[in-house]
Amino acid sequence: MRVIRDPLVALLCILGVFLAGVAPAAAGPYEDALAGFASDSFTDTGTAIDAVAASGHALAATVLGALQERRLHFSAASKKVYYTGNAETLHDAATGQAVAGERPADLAEVRLNNRLRRSVQAALGGLTLMSADPGARLNAAQAVFKSRDETLLPTLEQAIAKETDAAVRIALEQAWAAAALNREYAAAADMIAAIKVLRARGDQDVLAILGAVPADAVQPVRKAADDAIAAIKGELALWETAQNAWYGVSLGSVLLLAAIGLAITFGVMGVINMAHGEMVMLGAYTTFAVQEAIRTYNPALFAYSLAIALPLAFAVAGAVGIAIERGVIRFLYGRPLETLLATWGLSLILQQAVRSLFGPTNREVGSPAWMSGAFEIGHLTVTYNRLWIVVFALAVFALLLALLRYTRLGLEMRAVTQNRPMAAAMGIRTNRIDALTFGLGSGVAGIAGVALSQIDNVGPNLGQGYIIDSFMVVVFGGVGNLWGTLLGAFSLGIANKFLEPYAGAVLGKIAILVLIILFIQKRPRGLFALKGRAVES
Amino acid sequence: MKPFPLVRILDRGAVVLLALLAAVAVAVPILNLAVPEDSAAHVSTYVVTLLGKYICYALLALSIDLIWGYAGILSLGHGAFFALGGYAMGMYLMRQIGTRGVYAHPMLPDFMVFLNWKELPLYWYGFDSFAYAAVMILLAPGLLAFVFGWFAFRSRVTGVYLSIITQAMTFALMLAFFRNDFGFGGNNGLTDFKDILGFNVQAEATRNALFVSSCIALALGFLLCRCIVTSKAGKVLVAVRDAESRTRFLGYRVEYYKLFVFVLSACMAGVAGALYVPQVGIINPGEFAPANSIEAVIWVAVGGRGTLYGAVIGGVLVNLSKTWLTGAAPEIWLYFLGALFVLVTLLLPKGIVGALSSMKPRPHGSPKRGPFLARLFPRRVL
Repeated sequence: MRVIRDPLVALLCILGVFLAGVAPAAAGPYEDALAGFASDSFTDTGTAIDAVAASGHALAATVLGALQERRLHFSAASKKVYYTGNAETLHDAATGQAVAGERPADLAEVRLNNRLRRSVQAALGGLTLMSADPGARLNAAQAVFKSRDETLLPTLEQAIAKETDAAVRIALEQAWAAAALNREYAAAADMIAAIKVLRARGDQDVLAILGAVPADAVQPVRKAADDAIAAIKGELALWETAQNAWYGVSLGSVLLLAAIGLAITFGVMGVINMAHGEMVMLGAYTTFAVQEAIRTYNPALFAYSLAIALPLAFAVAGAVGIAIERGVIRFLYGRPLETLLATWGLSLILQQAVRSLFGPTNREVGSPAWMSGAFEIGHLTVTYNRLWIVVFALAVFALLLALLRYTRLGLEMRAVTQNRPMAAAMGIRTNRIDALTFGLGSGVAGIAGVALSQIDNVGPNLGQGYIIDSFMVVVFGGVGNLWGTLLGAFSLGIANKFLEPYAGAVLGKIAILVLIILFIQKRPRGLFALKGRAVES
Repeated sequence: MKPFPLVRILDRGAVVLLALLAAVAVAVPILNLAVPEDSAAHVSTYVVTLLGKYICYALLALSIDLIWGYAGILSLGHGAFFALGGYAMGMYLMRQIGTRGVYAHPMLPDFMVFLNWKELPLYWYGFDSFAYAAVMILLAPGLLAFVFGWFAFRSRVTGVYLSIITQAMTFALMLAFFRNDFGFGGNNGLTDFKDILGFNVQAEATRNALFVSSCIALALGFLLCRCIVTSKAGKVLVAVRDAESRTRFLGYRVEYYKLFVFVLSACMAGVAGALYVPQVGIINPGEFAPANSIEAVIWVAVGGRGTLYGAVIGGVLVNLSKTWLTGAAPEIWLYFLGALFVLVTLLLPKGIVGALSSMKPRPHGSPKRGPFLARLFPRRVL
């Protein structure tokens, strides 16, 4: 042990001696620069700030921080600079050691003006580029990208050379490029390299920077900038299209959810159910009630609240639907206009019932953790709740399609809608099928309500907002055709979102309504009209 | 033997209704203006305005009955025509305010000054003249109905499809009128009216005059509707309602008959709206709400569709109960209205009028009675 320790101690002693001997002897750029603070002139202070920042000395950040907070002082007589640290102790700026004994008598604050304050700030930003924490370096790099301070170029170059983290390195390079283009007499090669780096980033900020490249720049630089601008603009337009398409798909999935139950009650059965929106509302309120119960009795289950609410919402809305069919609608088959009025009355009653039970104000339905947040693909932001709703809508659609095609209930439903007397003759209880079909459509509206409670206000008027849109989707897609509903929902959703940037949200909606009204004139039976005898009935 | 036209038009229901209307139009202003306020028989100005409002609603119901009861067109967007007429009147009333607005601008209504508009939009020109406004009250709803009906009837959009697109139409208009830059006062609509034809809209005499005008408009509208439905064209309309394809195959241009009656009905709704606005003192985009239009349809259903006077009865009765219920128990009103929709369609498919007349069926084999007026005046004094 002694053998090992002795050389170590010796080494440390040697190092210590060496350092102690060297430091005072070689008054480096840092110490020279400090003197500038002692002359009480703004010009000298300015050069001192830049020189201190450029020195890369360990105390540089401390001194500049002190300067920014008006804790830097100087003594004109001794030409020495001090800063006050914690507890008002005075430190020598050159060594960082606390000053023992009396303070110099002529101690004065180093004064700053606005210009200097800015350069102190920029210098500090440059210094954090060298910080040990990658997060701090990334923030500093982004700050420099915004400020485009050309004086930091050398610091940036050093930082880039040292950087090991790939993401921070890219940020640093972009910051360098932004600053390099800001320099007045930059070398053409540097500028072209900078443009290349920025071109890879390719967002709105970059467009602004490239747009500021002077028009009288050297020909290759100008050309590189113009090419980059054109390319970025093209790319951004593409991304914007993608973003609009995504918003459209998202809106389309909401429309699909709202309309898919209607596609069954209206499309398959031919019943105009104006209370359809209220079934959606019932589903949303079921979600609210489930979450309230979970909050009271077992908060641990909250993450599963939507999964629990789904079957319950289906049951509640389905049961109400069957009750409506048995109680009112079955007396009105073959009288569509009367059905419309009666179901409108039912929707008023359901709204008022919910208002009496839950109050007239909107209720808050929480989102489980896995539905909140967002992620980015390129310049495209996708929120998880929207993504899940798209997935959910498609899943419901697929399930319903399978149910109609492959189950006995589906077979009987299709039989009854195609030819009621013949179906009855084959032993199908048509009354029961009517009730079940209507219950199914309403139940699907109920589960739509669970999903829509995540993105919409849950209040008594929730359903009203969807009823016209849902009818538009079903009528546009073609009555009696689930695929038509799918296509109708997504094409209306996407068309709406593509019109919005040009016409605004409200005018876009009006335009869509007018377009559908015109479309119905052209094809009164929708996009996928039934052919043959079914048209006549 | 073909009965004399006036005899045909004035059946018993029509005569009773017109007589009642005339009695009300005479009695109410007298009871309001001539009878002293402390007397039990005095009718307050508030009630006069309220009754005037009901009469306007009755005219709207009448216009819906003309197309729904006789031509089978269920419009769920008639509130749009009502509101358009109302806006035309509102624009005239706004221009009458002149410099008495909050900002005292000689030309621009307050909301335009507020929005920092510098000059009057082109479509507001001319509304300082009552004659122009009166033409627009008929023209704006009529034109919209013509364009809409032209496309809809020509491409044979019928039944519930037509109902749904009329609903979409009024919904789209509501969204448009809610926008501030549309130039009709946005969310707040048009209000704070001062004068109509130089008379103060708040004054008692003006209120009574408006009430009497509403009664006259309703009576004229009713007579016009009777003229149409008792004419040959009215027979064709009923044929269209009951068997549209068959009528077409018989050689009638179904779409022209429908278009004519649809446009006429829209103009009537516009007049109703125009008379409604100065009485309630405001018109805002809420009038375009699809719910309002559907509510108006239920007035007709309650009274009894296809009878004309049934629509008037329904319009007044339902709104009377609305005023009473929303005052006495507001939370009950929507239950009541909802139940009305359900019960009337289920139990009273012909409305009150139909239920009453089927309660005393004509004895089997009794001689068919002639037209009501012909029985009153057997020697054809008419």
